[in-house]
Amino acid sequence: MMPEPAAAQDKRVAIEARGIVKQFGEGAGALRALDDVSVAIRENEFFTLLGPSGCGKTTLLRMIAGFEFPTEGAILLYGEDIAGLPPFKRPINTVFQSYALFPHLTVWENVAFGLEMLGRPRAEIAARVAEMLRLVRLEELARRRTDQISGGQAQRVALARALAPAPKVLLLDEPLSALDYKLRKEMQIELKRMQSETGITFVFVTHDQEEALTMSDRIAVMSRGRVLQIGTPWDIYDKPADRFVADFIGETNFITASVLGVEQGVATVRLSSGAEIPATIAEGLVPKSEATIVVRPEHARAVPAGGQLTGIVENVVYFGTDTHIHIKLAGGELFMVRQQNSRTQSCGFEVGDRAGIEIAPDAAQILRD
Amino acid sequence: MASAGETARQAERKQIRGRWLLSAPALVIIFVAAIGPLFVMLAYSFMVKGDYGDVKPGQYSLDGWFSVFFQRDIFDDTVTFADAHLSIIWRSLRLSVITTLATLVLGFPTAYFIATRPRHTREVWVFLVTIPFWTNLLIRAFAMQQVIRNEGILNSLLRATGIIDQPLQIMYTDWAILFGMVYVYLPLMVLPLYASMEKLDFRLVEAGYDLYASRLAVLRRIIIPLVKPGIVAGSILVFIPSLGAYVIPRVLGGGKNLMLGNLIELQFGAGRNWPLGAALSIALMAIVMVALLFYVRNAARSGAQHG
Amino acid sequence: MASRPHFDIRRQPGFVAIALFTFAVLYLPIATLVAYAFNASDSVTVWGGLSLRWFVEASRNAAVQDAAWRSFVIATSAATVATIAATMAAIATTRTPPYRGLGFKYAFINQPLMVPEIVTAVALLIVFSRIKVWTGYSGLGYLILAHTAFCIPFAYLPIRARLESMDSSLERAAADLYATPWRAFRRVTLPLLRPGIIAGFMLAFVISLDDVVITEFVKSGGQDTLPTYMLGQIRREVTPEVNAIATAFLALSVLLVTVFFVINRKKA
Repeated sequence: MMPEPAAAQDKRVAIEARGIVKQFGEGAGALRALDDVSVAIRENEFFTLLGPSGCGKTTLLRMIAGFEFPTEGAILLYGEDIAGLPPFKRPINTVFQSYALFPHLTVWENVAFGLEMLGRPRAEIAARVAEMLRLVRLEELARRRTDQISGGQAQRVALARALAPAPKVLLLDEPLSALDYKLRKEMQIELKRMQSETGITFVFVTHDQEEALTMSDRIAVMSRGRVLQIGTPWDIYDKPADRFVADFIGETNFITASVLGVEQGVATVRLSSGAEIPATIAEGLVPKSEATIVVRPEHARAVPAGGQLTGIVENVVYFGTDTHIHIKLAGGELFMVRQQNSRTQSCGFEVGDRAGIEIAPDAAQILRD
Repeated sequence: MASAGETARQAERKQIRGRWLLSAPALVIIFVAAIGPLFVMLAYSFMVKGDYGDVKPGQYSLDGWFSVFFQRDIFDDTVTFADAHLSIIWRSLRLSVITTLATLVLGFPTAYFIATRPRHTREVWVFLVTIPFWTNLLIRAFAMQQVIRNEGILNSLLRATGIIDQPLQIMYTDWAILFGMVYVYLPLMVLPLYASMEKLDFRLVEAGYDLYASRLAVLRRIIIPLVKPGIVAGSILVFIPSLGAYVIPRVLGGGKNLMLGNLIELQFGAGRNWPLGAALSIALMAIVMVALLFYVRNAARSGAQHG
Repeated sequence: MASRPHFDIRRQPGFVAIALFTFAVLYLPIATLVAYAFNASDSVTVWGGLSLRWFVEASRNAAVQDAAWRSFVIATSAATVATIAATMAAIATTRTPPYRGLGFKYAFINQPLMVPEIVTAVALLIVFSRIKVWTGYSGLGYLILAHTAFCIPFAYLPIRARLESMDSSLERAAADLYATPWRAFRRVTLPLLRPGIIAGFMLAFVISLDDVVITEFVKSGGQDTLPTYMLGQIRREVTPEVNAIATAFLALSVLLVTVFFVINRKKA
């Protein structure tokens, strides 16, 4: 069950969802929770399913775990269809959102549960549980009952319990959502460490885009039962496939522009102010004459005069490390600019000031709507 | 790929079949010893009464239902209303309604009192209501008998204080039945009322006073509407067993002041008119069903109000 | 601070007085009954000093012993069967997406609570008297069966409540950790459900023990339980012996209710 050396197996697919449809009800009132979803997760990968609540990410996770059956499609574990297997026959373990620690068992008994069910010899169980508790740094709490430990500790017990049987894939269903901010940051680092130490494939579900960006090797962004984009955090943030992804991940300005021409995948667009700037085009997209372009707030700068766009400062919001300046354009659209604060100077703008916006080269993109 | 959907449907079917199997013992027992007999009884209400009780097999008639409301003179066959039955039905309804109102008048302040105690003492008060609730109904009826009888504690007290000089004859009157039912069913009113008052958000009461409401206005306009589900539940829980009361009128009413329950029993005993008894039972059940429907409708409405 | 006058938003005029009156009403009759159980005199009307005489007499009365034993046998069997059936039914009707027949099951299981006891009692009289003639069997089976039926909804109540408050992801976690459905039930569901099952059994036991009406109509000759025995006695002349039996009965109920309360508190 131990994974083979990572280097040799780098591109092997550990778990794959192929053409998954999950439909609740039938006929006109039918609801598609998952609509033709295909995802291939590689071995040793930290893979994240990211999306707003109700996008189908948890349904997909439950399907991999075996708690839900697809209406159509297949779930493949190392190439083998496991759709018909009940959860207790799948070498896949889950860290539940509520942790689901057995309240009538001790920490030790919780971690040992899976191994016991697999019928492992006592000595092996004892050794493995000790190893797991060491991994999550909870050796001293082994005899505690699970209602006598803190939320952060419960989280670690849940992890240890799911890792103890050395599953081929570990599923994590929003495991950090119940923790407070500081603990969540700590656990993010811990999780990464455990993943690299155990070499197990992690499938992580979250609605927190920041969490997804900092932890994942690759991310699948989901919305309304569909996968919109799969890629590295950098891909997702800097080359969003469509408007939803751009809007969901980070903050973005949307402005309308007319397309003048396209050359080698780069369009020239004219903004409402009349200024002409280049804009990259999402792969495979043929832009219409009218298009929405997106510009990240940190890729623009507010200037007292000049710039490709002009407007009136509506609001200045101080955030500590940076300042957000909201500028109302002549056409009525709002444009936000994010600027780093310096120790000695304020941003230099006040509400009601006239301001220009300078867009960095390569910052503008045309997206699928 | 089509097999995936088939697997899902099969698993679902198997699960549902398992759930039916699991619930089968309970359903079968209740069918055999509670629901099924009701249908047999319904059939009996349409049969011809036997000479010594029971029914004549295979003979059907509407006599049972007819004699719920009417009686036929044995000599001249004239049909008149069955006054005896109707007055018993009327007494049952009247006493049940009065019992419900009386328990509400006593129970509402009591539940409110409990709900406004400090949290740790509340449980003790609830416990004090629970004990009589779980005490045998017969024992409670018997206990009430010892209080209200001519030589009982109530009469002794009234005589000692000089309010009366002859003992009040309460036993074997409608008053005795009423006292008994109020006493016995009081916990059934207090407990659901308390359950809804416990959830009462007193910040709403505070808001009421802040908006110039008097104590009475707060009670009428805020507290009572908010605990209405409890009032309805308590009233139903009291009304239904009151209407079907059998033990209390038997012990305290002394065989003269019958209620529906005793009238039904009579048909299976000395009356030897099983079809009439069956018809009366079905009639009693019908009244209960109407009350329950009222409750369900009310519960559904207040449920919809709260989201 | 406490002595400082303030506006108590919870106060309603007269409510405390009515509440205290209600508690007096609830306990005065019981207190009277218990007091006379310890009366040395032959009559329930004259106080003749404190004595255990009537308890001794009741416990020596063969009819009382007989009825008490029968009550115990019926309550134990009915509560056991009802609890098992109710537990299975509760598992089948909770934490499931609604399926066809679920509402039907709820209605079915709770039916004995909806129908006045006297109605069920005469319906059972009709059916069982027929069966008694057909089969010639007139043992305790009828009483046990009838009691089991009306005990099921009472046993079902706390078990279902317990199941519903239980995190259903616990069983999913067990399945995820390689426990077969049966082992998940044995190792996770059942231990967690235990307080609910005990509470359900006790409720069913008390309900069966207390029953008068259905027993009165279903029993064959010589099958008195303690409550029907008392009912027969009350109709005749009243002696403090009935008070003594009732008091002992009361003590048992109080004990069971107290245990029930403690179990339920632990759960919370």
